[in-house]
Amino acid sequence: MLQLIVNRCLQGLLTLVLASIIIFAATEILPGDVAEAILGQNRNDAAALEALREELGLNRPAIVRYFDWFFGILQGDLGVSLSTDRPIADMMSGRIWNTARLAIMTACVAIPLALILGLISAIRAGGVLDKSLAVTTLSLIAVPEFFIGLGLMTIFAVELKWLGANANIRPYYDFGRIVHAMALPVMTLGFAVLAHMLRMTRASVINIFTSPYIEMAVLKGIPKRRIVMRHALPNALSPIFAVIALNLAYMVSGVIIVETIFAVPGLSRLLIDGVALRDIPLIQACAMLFGAVYIVVNLLADIFSIIFNPRLRFPK
Amino acid sequence: MSDVADKPSASKGLKSLRLTPTASIAGIILIFWILVAFFGPALAPYGEAEIIGESFGPIGGEGILGTDKLGRDILTRLLYGVRTTLFLALITTVISFVVGVVLGFSAAILRGWFDICISRLVEAFMAFPSTMLALVVIGAMGTSITVLIMTVGLVLSIGVFRVSRAIGMDISVMDYVESARARGEGVWWIITREVLPNAMPPLIAEFGLRFTFSILFLSGLSFLGLGVQEPAADWGLMVQENMGGIFLGSSSALIPAACIASLTICMNLIVDWFQQRQQGETVLEKME
Amino acid sequence: MTDVLSIEDLWVEGRPPGGKYKPIVKGVSFNVKKGEVVALIGESGSGKSTISLASMGFARPGCRISAGTIKVNGENVMDMTTKERHKLRGEKVAYVAQSAAASFNPAIKIGDQVIEAPVFHGLQTASEATEVAVDLYKKLDLPDADRIGGRYPHQVSGGQLQRLMAAMALSCGPDLLILDEPTTALDVTTQIEVLKAFKDIIREQNTAAIYVTHDLAVVAQVADRILVLNGGEVQELGDTDQIVHNPAHEYTKTLMNAVRPAPNQLELDHKTGDDDPAPILTASNITAGYGSGPSKKTILRDVTVDVPEGSVVGVIGESGCGKSTLARVIAGLTPQWEGEVTITGHKANPRVEKRDKETLRDCQIVFQMADTALNPRQRISDLLGRPLQFYHGLKGKEKADRVAELLELVELPAAFASRFPGELSGGQKQRVNLARSLAANPKLVLCDEVTSALDTVVAASVIDLLQDLKERLGLSYMFISHDLSTVASFADHIVVLYAGRVVEKGLSSQVFQPPYHPYTQLLLNSVPEMRQGWLEEVATTDEAKAASAGSVELREVGCPFSNRCAKAIKGVCETKTPPLRKIETGHEIACHLETDVLPK
Repeated sequence: MLQLIVNRCLQGLLTLVLASIIIFAATEILPGDVAEAILGQNRNDAAALEALREELGLNRPAIVRYFDWFFGILQGDLGVSLSTDRPIADMMSGRIWNTARLAIMTACVAIPLALILGLISAIRAGGVLDKSLAVTTLSLIAVPEFFIGLGLMTIFAVELKWLGANANIRPYYDFGRIVHAMALPVMTLGFAVLAHMLRMTRASVINIFTSPYIEMAVLKGIPKRRIVMRHALPNALSPIFAVIALNLAYMVSGVIIVETIFAVPGLSRLLIDGVALRDIPLIQACAMLFGAVYIVVNLLADIFSIIFNPRLRFPK
Repeated sequence: MSDVADKPSASKGLKSLRLTPTASIAGIILIFWILVAFFGPALAPYGEAEIIGESFGPIGGEGILGTDKLGRDILTRLLYGVRTTLFLALITTVISFVVGVVLGFSAAILRGWFDICISRLVEAFMAFPSTMLALVVIGAMGTSITVLIMTVGLVLSIGVFRVSRAIGMDISVMDYVESARARGEGVWWIITREVLPNAMPPLIAEFGLRFTFSILFLSGLSFLGLGVQEPAADWGLMVQENMGGIFLGSSSALIPAACIASLTICMNLIVDWFQQRQQGETVLEKME
Repeated sequence: MTDVLSIEDLWVEGRPPGGKYKPIVKGVSFNVKKGEVVALIGESGSGKSTISLASMGFARPGCRISAGTIKVNGENVMDMTTKERHKLRGEKVAYVAQSAAASFNPAIKIGDQVIEAPVFHGLQTASEATEVAVDLYKKLDLPDADRIGGRYPHQVSGGQLQRLMAAMALSCGPDLLILDEPTTALDVTTQIEVLKAFKDIIREQNTAAIYVTHDLAVVAQVADRILVLNGGEVQELGDTDQIVHNPAHEYTKTLMNAVRPAPNQLELDHKTGDDDPAPILTASNITAGYGSGPSKKTILRDVTVDVPEGSVVGVIGESGCGKSTLARVIAGLTPQWEGEVTITGHKANPRVEKRDKETLRDCQIVFQMADTALNPRQRISDLLGRPLQFYHGLKGKEKADRVAELLELVELPAAFASRFPGELSGGQKQRVNLARSLAANPKLVLCDEVTSALDTVVAASVIDLLQDLKERLGLSYMFISHDLSTVASFADHIVVLYAGRVVEKGLSSQVFQPPYHPYTQLLLNSVPEMRQGWLEEVATTDEAKAASAGSVELREVGCPFSNRCAKAIKGVCETKTPPLRKIETGHEIACHLETDVLPK
């Protein structure tokens, strides 16, 4: 089993390297380089372009620049932003916590809720609660986050004035004020994650209900609740871990929209600004960070799946 | 003897389509939007970018559904916008299916190094959230409709590849595919005649889901200001432009957002109905 | 004696997903007395499993019990509340399913699953129940009885798991035990030990039992009375002796007639194989398998098989012996790692993609499951028409005429051409499957378990058809099967495979007559005979005991059978691979034993 986990970790590392190559390739090899981006309107001035390329080291082969960049990242040097001339690491450090807070608070609310509701839904499959949850979640999945976000904002912040519309947390905020400010963004992000996760949890448990060993348990006179908790759940753990990982990763996308709506000064705003200003080193750094989080979350899910699989835990 | 045919089962495929009430309502709304996409501009009271009054005019004022940030008619822009939204979603989904299905099926049938190379590459791409991937490319290439379509199409094709490879794998181990191989048939025959007809139901469902996803994805990009650009009317873009109006009590951002939601919800309901149709009940559902 | 179970006028209905309910069990009545074993016998679709489940008040998804009374110990199951029904299932009636591998929860230790019902229903404490369970394991001849409960299902063998499921069923001390095809998924050599263990423990515990199966010979060993079912209706009910020796109902007679005699009871003229025609197929020294690198798994080792023109070569062996892989290697679907395949005198490329059309046409393969071998979305006319066009360039009217001819050849109406496979029965589908291979005008047909998925009566008619076609079209067959009786009645030559190696080959009369390879002997002795008392005889032999001690291992060196062989020579058999040795012309055996000590 240890062998498997080590293998999986090595695979994760390899993916991380591949991901860095993709990011680098996508931003560097595609038409239009950093120099053109900086010059903007003046990009047709060949001499200036050439000079700038020389200055930025863009005339070196792509492979050399890639390794420069990659080893820089490994040492914590994320490069310098083109638009602000500041080290990217400094620009990020203040914002990481804003994004992380949003993600962690959402995960803490949405994951347990989704698992519990998903299980109830599976146990009561075909019932009223299940059916209404099915329609609700289906709609929530289909709805763009900005619709939910703006809708919630209109109702709770503009009309009712119960909750805050601006989630830019200041250091002096007390707990109550943080909750007041964070409630809407967490709800917006949470709804979509909740819906996805609930449906997947239900599906993985229902899928297990079709196994012969569940029929066997029914024929042993075991009541429904115990069948779900004792016989179905342990086998559903692997798919559920995968679901959690997938949704944590999904939050990475959702966070971009939510930060935009509620004016959270987080990492994804930084990325959006980078894209809008074609600040390529900034895009690279942000994308690498998000990619790394995504890869690590998936890695953890796989490791948990391996640990909870009796076939792998107790080989023949 | 007991050796009797177990009723027509294979041919039932796409024939026994009985609509549920939810699915029929969803279908009607979808058809409505498609018709609007065709005839919308002819019905629109004003020009696409025509300014008709104050900014953020109320519902029932100058415009039936109010005016936007620049004082353009919301209804007109909605009618124009459905075209952009549906067209972009359709073309990106089609691109993603052409690329994803061809590669996915080829990988499933050819196996070997071809499968390993493509699957590894796709896994590496999967390491990114799709929005992130699109943002990086758009960041590097700039925002134009061509870049947008190609980027979104290719980003979506990653998911399509995974799904169609899995479907292809399931089918390619069936004995009828082995029989065709043993007969000496080429890859093209196997894909088009043996695999594709049997992969249709799951692929149709997948197309619906990807189409929804594409609408969400594109409108998300537009909402971030990185998708469709002014002055074209696009629902996602309309939400972004008019977001500020919310605090002024204007619903000019909510209306296009709701329109997108109506489109995607209906599409999902139909796909859901399509998938549910073939499933039976489980042991536990029967339990009292 | 009192009735443990009495069922009166039972009706069960079933429906396909989204379809309408139709009766699948039509007014069945019978009873089971204390200590009695009643067998429900019938072909697929006869409703035998459905009836057995109904006695627990259970109907599978898509089914419902629509009418009738089911009484267990005099109490009507249909009137029970949910709670009472749970108690019934946990305490009074217990179920043993066909596949233990699927019916044990992979995430829970075996012991915990075995004692779950009695502990949950409050019959015993966990430690009491464990004691009972260990006792049961011992009675069921399970090795390491004290610790086997601590393992997970994937850690024990199939035969052991099947016996553990019996322990699970018996742990609550049920009044009625339901055994639903409990040995069907097992190989014949494993079946004996499990069957014997079941029979002994039923006797010992004096429980009433329902034994559901399609296999008459198995029933003859365990049942007191037999209920013959067809299409959800009772055909005949009688004592085992009467049903087996003196069936009254026409349907029972048909069933009995379809049973082929065990191969060692066939009367074969002893021939030697010196006048064989030239081989149409030669597969020499084939080594093949799946995967590569560390996950590489060798399935076949140094296998050589010839098919003389105009003959039927039967390849027999149990699951995992590599017989299907052999067919796939010959067809080019699984390229061999070593060795050579020669078809009609021409060396065939290992990969099917690189073979020329003549080679492909001459050698056709027919797969086991007609359900999956025929593309469900093509009409029969397309299924048969494609090879006609592909190999012979036929089009239009010519093609349609030939399709009709082919259908006639396999005794199906020409009107079937416009149908889809889903509209045909299992036997009809297998005929279409066969017709498709004939469309190529092949010289050799590889039949991979073509009758295994069919009911006995239908299978028998397919074999007759194969025989007929062979004579009319001058075909040669390689006939792969795990069913010795079928192979014995049909094949001229036999190849016995065990764990990827040929252990014996020769003419049928040579292989099915002594001297045997020890494995061939075990295989022959394991085929159930209709005779009552056969099970007790065979299960107590040294050979059977030795065979149940080990499980099939794919070995690189040594005789693969050495760990299950009663006659194994210590220090020799497990270290040295025995070569195939000529016993007489055409008869070869791979065994270290001298010819005169080989089993007789």
